[in-house]
Amino acid sequence: MNISLILQMAAEAEPDRIGLVCDGRRWTYGALAEAARGAARLIGDTRCGHVALLDESSEASAIALFGAAIAGIPYVPLNYRLADADLAALLGRIAPALIIGDKPRVDRLSSGAGHHVLTRGGFVAGAEALGAEALGGDGGEREEPAQTVAVELFTSGTTAAPKAAILRHSNLMSYILGTVEFAAAAPEEAALVSVPPYHIAGIAALLSSIYAMRRILLLPAFDPDAWLGLIAAERATHAFLVPTMLGRVIGRMDAGATAEIASLQSIAYGGGRMPLELIDRALALFPGAGFTNAYGLTETSSTVALLGPEEHRAAHRSADPAARARLASVGRPLPTVELEIRDAAGRCLPAGARGEIYVRGEQVSGEYRERSALDAAGWFATRDAGWLDADGYLFLAGRADDVIVRGGENISPGEIEDVLLGHPAIADAAAVAVPSAEWGEAVGVAVVPREGYAVLEADEIRGLIKARLRSSRVPERILVVDALPYNEMGKLLRREVRKKF
Amino acid sequence: MKPGTRLKSVVCDTEVMVIRAGDGTIACGGAPMVEGKPADRGQIDPAFAEGTRIGKRYVDSEASVELLCVKAGQGSLSLGGAALQVKDAKPLPSSD
Repeated sequence: MNISLILQMAAEAEPDRIGLVCDGRRWTYGALAEAARGAARLIGDTRCGHVALLDESSEASAIALFGAAIAGIPYVPLNYRLADADLAALLGRIAPALIIGDKPRVDRLSSGAGHHVLTRGGFVAGAEALGAEALGGDGGEREEPAQTVAVELFTSGTTAAPKAAILRHSNLMSYILGTVEFAAAAPEEAALVSVPPYHIAGIAALLSSIYAMRRILLLPAFDPDAWLGLIAAERATHAFLVPTMLGRVIGRMDAGATAEIASLQSIAYGGGRMPLELIDRALALFPGAGFTNAYGLTETSSTVALLGPEEHRAAHRSADPAARARLASVGRPLPTVELEIRDAAGRCLPAGARGEIYVRGEQVSGEYRERSALDAAGWFATRDAGWLDADGYLFLAGRADDVIVRGGENISPGEIEDVLLGHPAIADAAAVAVPSAEWGEAVGVAVVPREGYAVLEADEIRGLIKARLRSSRVPERILVVDALPYNEMGKLLRREVRKKF
Repeated sequence: MKPGTRLKSVVCDTEVMVIRAGDGTIACGGAPMVEGKPADRGQIDPAFAEGTRIGKRYVDSEASVELLCVKAGQGSLSLGGAALQVKDAKPLPSSD
């Protein structure tokens, strides 16, 4: 079982169908498969242990992913936005690697590590030339054990140094075979992919779209106007966004940006907390689109739970608070994934009780280069907090590591932030643990005032919390800031917030 | 035979990947399928000549065996002489 089968099947079924569009160039499944076979030969000749990408999305990310798979070598897309010191550390951890993309930067940061570096153009041209030479050969014939590593992804490291998460061919193939029907896409279907190649959603988008034979429209650098423009130009039918991106698109549309978006049938989102008012606004702005909320982690090969289009519309239309609350849910687990909520002692909790989310299934790797994080029975502790409602819908409640432990009482930042964000004078808010001589930890909140409103006094903020939550949630320290720190994918950097206190 | 094994028809172009392995002989076009390259191409049994379709899953009545067709051909699949059926897909919304 090797992920190269995905591209091989698409090329076998319809070699001349367009599979990928990037920067105006159109690639058929046949041409992509040929380039991937050529890339495998090129990779093999370098005798490197990893194939890394240090570049924005392009045809090279697809060719490198499948080429590495055929060659049986891990593919490691790197975050090009990392600071030099952080990137240099990662380059050291994967040496010697074939690195595709920013050659000057690799030469500057990691010379002498034995890396073999090619520009994007050099890699693609080389892969195409070798692929054409190998005509008649079939790279997919080479059977790799399913246990071979397909992809290594460095986690975003919002709480600690990045860990190298390992996804084996068996994990990714189980995810694709369990969630996507081969060639199910109609000929006009096209998916706009704007997440970066080093994000699990970027990998999953390539695999899912090619297996469904849904044409991929790559948008290398996300920008709301470019996103709207590409939908109109290529008549995109599907798109995946992280909440920050959707917020920026809606901001532009509310500011008067117009685009022909009637082709859009499906918008999936995930990878971060979606504010309720944002998804409500999106449902109103895209009345013809089905919305899907996907919850997943790098370590679980992408999606493990989803809230589908009908569930979104039902919640959006409903006046019943309980039904509307479901808009804030990430839906139900996939049929192929088991999911439990457990307490700190590892006991399974009933519906309604908040605890840590555990998942199990063939797509769940739960493995890092350094160690496996699966327990003896194969369960992966996600470190995400959450609860299930009576109908099995999953609600997230922040990272387990972000829980504030005040005098032995566990406080989830999310419940405090929800109250603060409900106030019109507060544009953004974060609750974090601050040291307390009396309680060990206490609540600190950082709030961003909304423009055009009077800045709230500390006592007003305390009163807001006190009126809605238990007194232990009332913040001991309050900071008013201009903005909160987020990474480029819209994840709040809580360790940076903590440093402000 | 274990999940992930690739089997080839000896009478047509059909190739399958084993998703769920069970007991019994898997055949295509009436002839047992093989791992690796088949030697000589035999004749399709007309009783098993409805063809296979790429991307479809094939199961027996007890769902003890599941095969994914990765290359289409003219023969049809069987387990212990009983024809396999196409498994109904339960579509999920696209999430990436």
